[in-house]
Amino acid sequence: MAAIELRGLTKVYPGGVKALDSLDLTIPDGEFFALLGPSGCGKTTLLRTIAGLETATGGAVVIGGRDVTRVQPGGRDVAMVFQDYALFPHMDVTDNIAYPLRIKKVAKGERRAKAEEVAARLGLEKLMDRRPGQLSGGQQQRVALARVMATQAQAFLFDEPLSNLDARLRLEARTFLKKLQRELGVTTVFVTHDQAEALAMADRMAIMEAGLIRQIGTPSEVFQRPANTFVAGFIGSTPMNLLDAVARGDTLEVAGCKVPVPASAEGLVVDGEKLVYGVRPEYMTYQAGTVEGGLSGSVVILENLGASHLVTLDVGGVTVQGVVAEGEEPALGEQGAVVPRSDRALVYRDGELVAA
Amino acid sequence: MAQQTSPPDTKALDESPARGYSSDAAGLGRLRAGAFVAPALALIAVFLVFPALWVIYLGLMNYRLTGIAAAEPQFVGLDNYLKALSDPGFWNSTVLTFQFVLGSAVIGQVVLGFTLAWLMRNRRGTLKSVVEGVVILAWILPSAVVAFLWVALLDRDSGTLNALLGIPGFAWLLDYPMLSIILFNTWRGTAFSMMLYGAALGNVPPSHLESARLAGASGWQQLRDVVFPHIRGHILTNLLLISLWTFNDFGPFLLTAGGPENKTEILAVYVYKTALQAGDLGYGAAISTIILLINLVVAIFYLRLLRRKG
Repeated sequence: MAAIELRGLTKVYPGGVKALDSLDLTIPDGEFFALLGPSGCGKTTLLRTIAGLETATGGAVVIGGRDVTRVQPGGRDVAMVFQDYALFPHMDVTDNIAYPLRIKKVAKGERRAKAEEVAARLGLEKLMDRRPGQLSGGQQQRVALARVMATQAQAFLFDEPLSNLDARLRLEARTFLKKLQRELGVTTVFVTHDQAEALAMADRMAIMEAGLIRQIGTPSEVFQRPANTFVAGFIGSTPMNLLDAVARGDTLEVAGCKVPVPASAEGLVVDGEKLVYGVRPEYMTYQAGTVEGGLSGSVVILENLGASHLVTLDVGGVTVQGVVAEGEEPALGEQGAVVPRSDRALVYRDGELVAA
Repeated sequence: MAQQTSPPDTKALDESPARGYSSDAAGLGRLRAGAFVAPALALIAVFLVFPALWVIYLGLMNYRLTGIAAAEPQFVGLDNYLKALSDPGFWNSTVLTFQFVLGSAVIGQVVLGFTLAWLMRNRRGTLKSVVEGVVILAWILPSAVVAFLWVALLDRDSGTLNALLGIPGFAWLLDYPMLSIILFNTWRGTAFSMMLYGAALGNVPPSHLESARLAGASGWQQLRDVVFPHIRGHILTNLLLISLWTFNDFGPFLLTAGGPENKTEILAVYVYKTALQAGDLGYGAAISTIILLINLVVAIFYLRLLRRKG
């Protein structure tokens, strides 16, 4: 078990594509860390560079205090779960789990015992003689997990660990993975493109865009206070309202309405400057009629989210969304206002968060 | 809201005829369907079935190219086959053929073809194009041209190889005839194996190789644990095809004509010499039938291996 430290890590592919642009990142011992971003942002390249499957063009990878930048994958003492699990189809479950031990020349009896011990922990003990082709997707994933657990590596790397499971199983596996990581206490880095997955599982996460890390933080920090409009737009199952605003004293003029300057930006905005006002639909309350300090308009669309509804208002030609609890949804065409929670509203200047 | 379920449309079901799988899917009828297949069947019959049966018939006769036996061949039963079993020339050729197949097909083409494909698997650009171009050139050139090139290469007095090595007068085709035709056939046929393995290696999932690398597997261990199990079917198919092709190959005749002292007289050459040069058609046909049987045994051996689960 060990911390992972990246210093100025750079990866340029032949042809000049910069996949990683001088990244600095420290993942402390035992942390469950998510790399999140849209496809092509460099998150998988980063994970593969930590594993040694890609060679860094600059900077250093330090695992457990040891600089492994030039060390072969096999010498880094990390284990990886691949997106397709990469189980060997011609070996049964026992041999698959014990494979890394076999390469390390552990005696046959010892590695069988280890495989059985790990498998029992993951509820695989009845499947030891099966081939991967005879297992369900969820079982294959657990075999892949058992294989990395058997290695007793210093760090685990998961590449999109849930994306090959169906939606129902994915939720179960999410809880299971988080619990398992907590119990094992092994530093674990996982890659995902699904923000909900990252929010749900990670202790901390890095949101990446075009080879750069745009924010590092805990899920609640990232959700409540996105450091820039990219993160604000990427995180959250309903997109954040990002509205053009102009500062007018201690209020902001947004879509023809006046809202107070949010608590986080008080005293930091200059009169008359152009800003972006950001507030999540979840942090809006809906009220019928016109409301002082709210964004008033007519209800154009209602979307059922299950226990709540997403209300879309047309506020002077600008689309604003808010969430209302079930049973309180307005009628289509009704005049109403969404009122932002002042302690959750944010202001962005040139795409970056304005905050003390 | 009540769930609305419309009653099933029973009328349409009742009126439609029973729709099972019809044996006459195209609706042509037996006669017209037969007319479509007839030309292909006729060609197969004339060029494959008839010659095969004719060879079996010839093998039972004392048919000769010239003389009385050519005009009035006699039925001799299994005499030709019994003669083959006690003919040292036949046994010599059989042993040589197995050496030739083992050396040039199983060891030469498979090992060299796989090695080339493995080394070239991640390469792009000039080197790969040049290697593939050269290897495939050897495969597409006409046999007569290739044979001439090799004679020019291995010639005792003015051969290119001796000039390069600075050993004029070294008679490759006389001193190492079997080695010469094995190298010749390996060079000639490697392209097929290389291309087949190149395609097969493309099907090995990269994550499996990476998984092995992360476990610390060496290059050889990656081949043993990931690559070979994945391409096992390709290897066996490749072995089956090139073993049979090489077994029946007549190419070496162009280089050595079976000599010196019958040291390269593989079965295909032996049949040619017996049937056409010596004129003993009946005996040649019998040996051809034996070759066919050996081929069948080889094919069944590989197909058995293929069918067994890896």
